[in-house]
Amino acid sequence: MKRDECLRALARHVTDEIVVATYQAAFDWLVIRPHPLNYVSIGAMGIASSHALGLALGRPDKRILVLDGDGSLLMNLGSLVSVVEAAPRNFVHFVCENGTYEANGAHPIPGRNRVSFVGFARAAGYARCHEFTDLAEFETRIAAVLREEGPVFVDLKVEPGKPSPQDYGYIHSAAARSSFKAALRSS
Amino acid sequence: MTMPDEQQLHGASIIAAIKASGIEFVVSVPDITTSEGLLRPIAHDPEFRLIRICKEDEGVAICTGLAFCDRRSLLLIQNTGLMDSINAVRAVAVEYEQPVCMMVGLQGKEPDRKPRDSAKYGVRIVEPILEIMGIDQHLIETDSDIAQIRPAIDAAYARSRPVVLLIGRSPSAP
Repeated sequence: MKRDECLRALARHVTDEIVVATYQAAFDWLVIRPHPLNYVSIGAMGIASSHALGLALGRPDKRILVLDGDGSLLMNLGSLVSVVEAAPRNFVHFVCENGTYEANGAHPIPGRNRVSFVGFARAAGYARCHEFTDLAEFETRIAAVLREEGPVFVDLKVEPGKPSPQDYGYIHSAAARSSFKAALRSS
Repeated sequence: MTMPDEQQLHGASIIAAIKASGIEFVVSVPDITTSEGLLRPIAHDPEFRLIRICKEDEGVAICTGLAFCDRRSLLLIQNTGLMDSINAVRAVAVEYEQPVCMMVGLQGKEPDRKPRDSAKYGVRIVEPILEIMGIDQHLIETDSDIAQIRPAIDAAYARSRPVVLLIGRSPSAP
């Protein structure tokens, strides 16, 4: 699956959820679905799902979707355990698995094509795990996946699609944070 | 033998100050300095939601997510964990100007020495590192220091800046 096509399919099902996105998935998502409830101020690689857990605990009335990377998740595998321990019912963790540190030179991740991200999630205690390799199947099933009680884990086996601008200036900006905060307060 | 008052640090008084600061969530990796006096009673206190995490940088992000939701939290960790999460503290708490409130046990600090005079390298570098990062810090070593906790946490949220409360000796269990 091309990542941008996959995220476009997801975007068709997103309404008022908070979307926490990191690195290349964030750059794609900002183009595909610009929205004030996009949370892209991750700051340090690996901790997107932890920001999302804080949001999920703080706003149990909102559904939180995480768009993570495989290299990012490898830096914070313990977060899978912490999320299951906290058991947020409003938490869906997508991982865009492309086998590379795409934003840092596209070097391969360790364990590429050997490790199982769904296996990590299951072992951490996630009861609901999904793996998609085919766009048509993803489009068919994503609505039902989004209705499942969290925490939910979804591995998307993707390859880069149409390149999106890497707007680091925006994701690190005070404006991105303040507009998100204002949107969250009024949501 | 009873300790003189000026050498006592009561866990119950620290917990009362944390509550008075409006903290709802305590996010923690266990620390031997604060284990019995703070973490264990907090774990049994229905006024707190304890979030047990695997690594301290997770906690920096969790506290930030909660702050965006206008919910107050405290990251309760050890100085070793603070060192391990420096990049997250640098990026999220300092550069993003987020009110991440950290209570940090100084593992192995000698009660009769200031942190920067400790024989332990891991202890004596903490204050200088926080200084160079521009992070407000307060040393909580005896009961008379506990009054600093609430104003420090209130200021962190009012200014949207991180703060570190260093616990210089093991608080007594309630």
